[in-house]
Amino acid sequence: MKKYSGFSLFSNALSYHENWQKIWRSPKPKREYDVIVVGGGGHGLATAYYLAKVHGITNVAVVEKGYLGGGNTARNTTIIRSNYLWDEAAQLYELALKLWEGLSQELNYNVMFSQRGVLNLGHNLQDMRDIERRVNANRLNGIDGEVVTPARIKEIAPLINISPDCRYPIIGASWQPRGGTARHDAVAWGYARGADALGVDMIQQTEVTGIRRENGTVVGVETTEGFIGARKVACVTAGNSGVVAAMAGLRLPVESRPLQALVSEPVKPCLDTVVMSNAVHGYVSQSDKGDLVIGAGVDGYNGYGQRGSFHVIEHTLQAICELFPAFSRVRMNRQWGGVVDTCPDACPIISKTSVGGLYFNCGWGTGGFKATPGSGYVFADTVANDRPHPLAAPFDVDRFNTGALIDEHGAAGVAH
Amino acid sequence: MLLIHCPHCREDREEEEFSYNGEAHIVRPLDPESLSDEAWGDYLFFRKNPRGVHREMWYHAVGCRRYFYAARNTLSYEILHTYCVGEKPQIDAANEGAGA
Amino acid sequence: MTQIQQINRLAGGARVDSDGVINFTYNGRPMQGVSGDTLASALLANGVDVVGRSFKYGRARGIVGHGAEEPNAIMQIGSGASSVPNLKATQVELYEGLESAPVNGWPSVDFDLMSIAGFFSRLMPPGFYYKTFMYPAKLWMTYEHFIRRAAGLGRSPVGDDPDSYDKLNQHADVLVIGAGPAGLMAAREAARAGARVMIVDEQSEFGGSLLASTQTIENRSASAWVDLMVAELKTFANLQMLPRSTAFGYYDHNFIGILERRSDHLSLSAATGSRQRLHRVRAKRVVLATGAFERPLVFAHNDIPGVMQASSVSTYVNRYGVAPGSRMVLFTCNDSAYQTALDWHGAGRTVVAIVDSRAEPNGAMLAAVEALGMEVMLGCAVIEAQGGKRVKRALVAPINAQGTEVVGSVQRIACDLIACSGGWSPAIHLSSHTGAKPQWDEAIVGFKPGTSTQQECSAGACAGTYRLSECFAEGAQAGAQAAHKSGFGSGVGLFPQPPVEEHDEYPQQALFLVPHTQRSTRAPSQFVDMQLDVTAGSIEIAVREGFESIEHIKRYTALGFGTDQGKLGNINGMAILAKALGQSMAETGTTIFRPAYTPTTFGAIAGRDIGELFDPQRHTAMHRWHLARGAEFEDVGQWKRPWYYPRSRASGGVESLREAVDRECLAVRNSVGILDASTLGKIDIQGPDTAEFITRMYTNSYLKLAPGKCRYGVMLKEDGMIFDDGVCACLGDNHYLMYTTTGGAAGVLAWLELWQQTEWPDMQVYFTSVTDHWSTATISGPNARRVLAKVCDDIDLDRQAFGFMDWRDGTVAGVAARVFRISFTGELSYEINVPAHYGRHLWEALIAAGEAFDITPYGTESMHVLRAEKGFIIVGQDTDGSMTPADMNMDWVVAKNKTFSFIGKRSLQRSDALRDQRKQFVGLKPLNPNDVLPEGAQVVFDPQQPIPMSMQGHVTSSYYSANLGHAFALAVIKGGINRMGQVVHCPLADGRILAAEIVSSVFYDPEGARQHVE
Repeated sequence: MKKYSGFSLFSNALSYHENWQKIWRSPKPKREYDVIVVGGGGHGLATAYYLAKVHGITNVAVVEKGYLGGGNTARNTTIIRSNYLWDEAAQLYELALKLWEGLSQELNYNVMFSQRGVLNLGHNLQDMRDIERRVNANRLNGIDGEVVTPARIKEIAPLINISPDCRYPIIGASWQPRGGTARHDAVAWGYARGADALGVDMIQQTEVTGIRRENGTVVGVETTEGFIGARKVACVTAGNSGVVAAMAGLRLPVESRPLQALVSEPVKPCLDTVVMSNAVHGYVSQSDKGDLVIGAGVDGYNGYGQRGSFHVIEHTLQAICELFPAFSRVRMNRQWGGVVDTCPDACPIISKTSVGGLYFNCGWGTGGFKATPGSGYVFADTVANDRPHPLAAPFDVDRFNTGALIDEHGAAGVAH
Repeated sequence: MLLIHCPHCREDREEEEFSYNGEAHIVRPLDPESLSDEAWGDYLFFRKNPRGVHREMWYHAVGCRRYFYAARNTLSYEILHTYCVGEKPQIDAANEGAGA
Repeated sequence: MTQIQQINRLAGGARVDSDGVINFTYNGRPMQGVSGDTLASALLANGVDVVGRSFKYGRARGIVGHGAEEPNAIMQIGSGASSVPNLKATQVELYEGLESAPVNGWPSVDFDLMSIAGFFSRLMPPGFYYKTFMYPAKLWMTYEHFIRRAAGLGRSPVGDDPDSYDKLNQHADVLVIGAGPAGLMAAREAARAGARVMIVDEQSEFGGSLLASTQTIENRSASAWVDLMVAELKTFANLQMLPRSTAFGYYDHNFIGILERRSDHLSLSAATGSRQRLHRVRAKRVVLATGAFERPLVFAHNDIPGVMQASSVSTYVNRYGVAPGSRMVLFTCNDSAYQTALDWHGAGRTVVAIVDSRAEPNGAMLAAVEALGMEVMLGCAVIEAQGGKRVKRALVAPINAQGTEVVGSVQRIACDLIACSGGWSPAIHLSSHTGAKPQWDEAIVGFKPGTSTQQECSAGACAGTYRLSECFAEGAQAGAQAAHKSGFGSGVGLFPQPPVEEHDEYPQQALFLVPHTQRSTRAPSQFVDMQLDVTAGSIEIAVREGFESIEHIKRYTALGFGTDQGKLGNINGMAILAKALGQSMAETGTTIFRPAYTPTTFGAIAGRDIGELFDPQRHTAMHRWHLARGAEFEDVGQWKRPWYYPRSRASGGVESLREAVDRECLAVRNSVGILDASTLGKIDIQGPDTAEFITRMYTNSYLKLAPGKCRYGVMLKEDGMIFDDGVCACLGDNHYLMYTTTGGAAGVLAWLELWQQTEWPDMQVYFTSVTDHWSTATISGPNARRVLAKVCDDIDLDRQAFGFMDWRDGTVAGVAARVFRISFTGELSYEINVPAHYGRHLWEALIAAGEAFDITPYGTESMHVLRAEKGFIIVGQDTDGSMTPADMNMDWVVAKNKTFSFIGKRSLQRSDALRDQRKQFVGLKPLNPNDVLPEGAQVVFDPQQPIPMSMQGHVTSSYYSANLGHAFALAVIKGGINRMGQVVHCPLADGRILAAEIVSSVFYDPEGARQHVE
């Protein structure tokens, strides 16, 4: 892999950029792989990368029905934070955050992880109790965070309305300075380039249509391009997890829901951090391009349509205009929806299955993007060693039978 | 925003009047104590999630406050029909979408 | 500064009034336009060439188009709080006093320090930022600071929006979007058939392309014909016409969002009412008649000001009476643009040359221009424009028949305007919002609308039909059919087809990228997307780097991501990609168009539901009394509840929360207090199966609860976790009243209805929410009975006769009342319920009756302290959706031998619910009696443990108790019930570590004697 740098940019400019190395190869699939990763989104590509990088398993293919990074990786609002409530979730997201902090250098690809901080607003006394509880838990878990006053919130986000006369006045917030945003496409491309350089095959425009098993063990996948053998199959197909699980005769406690987002037209810098509010139901940050990037909760119904209902957009913008009255005259440029797989406890499933050599990583709900590096890291470890990574163990699908749920609705409810 | 026919009110009403209650026709086990943890967990949490026609339950929360069922395509969002609790669906299950 | 003359203004111009002079400013310079102008036409009239700088390369840019497709003329309009960023000058109607300024270019658009030329722009190929700014890692935030400053277009206002916005829900049988030739005909037919019709158009007046047309329709000018047609439409009472209204999104089940701009075209002083209105339209049928966009021709330096769309040049000449230049080269690959040469000539300006990429076009248009003696260069292309802030010359060369190579010598032609036409792209945006997949059609060299999933059809240019007579016919047919399908008319048009003068056209050439003598990666920039500085070369570089999907290309190069959403160049970009990949257009496909069609104001989408209307406020009947007493309020769900009642201190000032709560709590324990408990949820439940039903819902049994008796119950979700709690009273045979928490009322009612309707429909049980029917005053304290006795003489208040957990009907303060002897404070308490509107009367009567006992109103904070002293839980504060009754040390509320397996019971037997070391509800007594542990503090056993620490639980409720004389807390701690007497620690953010002893959760009157006092 030829390294990217200011120097390489300069020297390629001399040859009119006609000689850049391909970011990844587009090979024909081999007959058999040690591991097939089903799904070429951020999590799947990260899984492939860490399989190769950390575990030395390089005979790996990523099989993607569309194009790499074309699912929720391409559709999310790019927020990154690790201030989750429960130890299990917090430690997993904190692993991800630590990996984010070195990711551009690790991949030699600028994912533009920008640690401009995340505010989670509190609007009533119970919000503030929950915020105190979460921040205290974060702190003792080694995760940065503090509880801040409205005056401090105003310093961090000067256009925010902290008037006590609001319908739901802002009375405080949690503040995680290490949180922030990243450039979503770059994450997928960076991992794909890195994995490709280590020998992983990227098989795009190839849909997995079946999971072939013999004697309760995986032997490969049927695809639109024919059968591909595999000793292990790792499924990371957010938005389609239930459908893929059904191919192996498995059921998952997952429902797929539309999650909508929108961006404004670009404006000059006016919001330097991420602001989220569960109580008034919306969150906003400003991208490097200048767009206000805005989202809200999931739509009410199951849906694979990558679109949701307009009244959700209306409520979201009511919340944004309530928090930032000055944004009322800014205009919505584009809105869209992704499909998120939600679990009953708003936590993911990272799990072996009853089928030998078949693994699932799904159900991230609204929390998927921020977890990308951590998810790939622990999933690769789980697949490589055929046992859950210690941080993945609590996220076994068996928790829905034992009752050992990790209820993160408070942390995930609206907000990502 | 969906336009939903409430089979009780016999009117097409805006989605904002309704709330969604997940998969339809989940029957509570008659003797929960006799079930294994797995079987009970299945009843609690495991739901069909088809990419295609889905049988689901809706609640006319800001209307007649009645629950009812719908056969809706989760890809096109087309509602094939809605029917009351206790009624037989008109759509044959064999025609419904793939997936689980 | 002196006023600039309108040097480019022509006499005439079909839709402007040249006597109606309008003064405005551009970049602080006073200018004049005329009534009917857009800001763009006025700027062109004033000879303004440069209207902005491109954001990546800082290149000078001029006006290119005349409508929603404009990529360059992005303006900040107005100033201060009513400023609006990023409006397209082509869509801004001129009004007196309008202030405008370009959004990019520092220090000014005419002298821009950011301008990057030559080799330096080559250092910014597509995606360059992914390859740089990585080292050293810590500098990224610094790099990014400058990137952010350079990006962005206009500025968000910083003040509150002075305007208001409203919404209208509308139903239509037929909604026609677009009032051009097809739309007008569709609306007329549908209206005539009797359907309820709406026709909307984004422009200030109806007519679409006809407003700038020189065609003759029914022996009139197109413009005059439009006026007649509009007048005719106005005669239909069943037709609603909305100009200045953009259908910005087409959503499921034929729901369409339409933004009407009501006062944006008026000066501030003339604007009244709402600024914009969102029409939320549910239509039975939709006719899309949204027209088409002229495609640009992509050649080197095609972004120099003075390169314009041919149809835009015609529009400025014909409609606005503005000639943006004097010497024009027309560059086309189709016949339609020849009209621009005729228009330009008609305006008295010079057509230097017509450059047609086709070798042998043979249409009537060719003959027409040749008859005027114009020079036509066939088989040639403008391969490059030259000039700085304005075009100075066109480089023209012969090209091969495929349009892929320059095959002859380059000729330099002096000019100041290059009008371009690359054919037309149907405006399929709304169609594709529905999920319809656009279909490539070689015959029209464009994407046509795909198969629709909604009740709509496309007519006219947006369906790829360009001839006027065919647009008329298709529109009329679509309107008649739409009406028919929604129940009106026969489906056959009733009006005769208007006769139109038109001629046959020679087929266009597909020319998406004009060749240059150098290949695209080396040629001077050939811009595909001007707003985002995406060039043909950058698309080719992206392909060379391995990006192959159109979605990858879009994301890597930013093609189409601008505020124009690539309405001009998107198709060119796709074609360049297709060629680079050796694919067909159909294989390459297109990106998906998303709402909004054009940018849509946040405030309009939010509408009126902001500020005090953001969410309803619920007040009790006693609310004004609380206000008069200076209560501080707490939001509990939608309710405003008194939090505490601060009094003036004897020493001056007002009591703090702590002072007020101490006083209120002491008053309750020592005499009597009064609480407004009206907000508690109340559900009236009747029917012969009620007792059985609620016994299934609660953990305990109600089968033997007699009339006149109450019982406390806990409800679980089916997963075994506590969901709500409250008292349930038996009012009579088959009649019960269920109390819920204030926040849980709606959820509990829906929960009960769910089970009754879907699982046990045979059970006869009926639920009615009566929360708002009753006002409730709770009097609590040792003197409560004495207070009640003063205002109630028909209930035997004897402590045996009216025992704890009993309720009685009676008359209180002259009002029929239900009185419950239940207690949330542990003191003798009566909850007195009267019909809601007597609430204030009841309250004041109790206050008066209690005067002798110094009856003290107390708020939710004191209520919380008092109940916490008794160890009573608050669901949602002491529990969090992961706590079972056993966890809360409340096994006593779970009936062990009910025959029916109540909701949630089975889940209590799951292995995780039975394990040791679950978090359990206990009391904490701080070792320092004045340490109030913060609510939410985490509890550890070993305060010396390094981070990450093993957290054992957390503080759920914590207060200072004036009654106990020390601070105390409630907490959930792993295995806490078996850890009584152990000391635990709360490490706080400020570095303090507070120690506390685990004790019983009941701090006060553990025997429960106080609620039985005489």
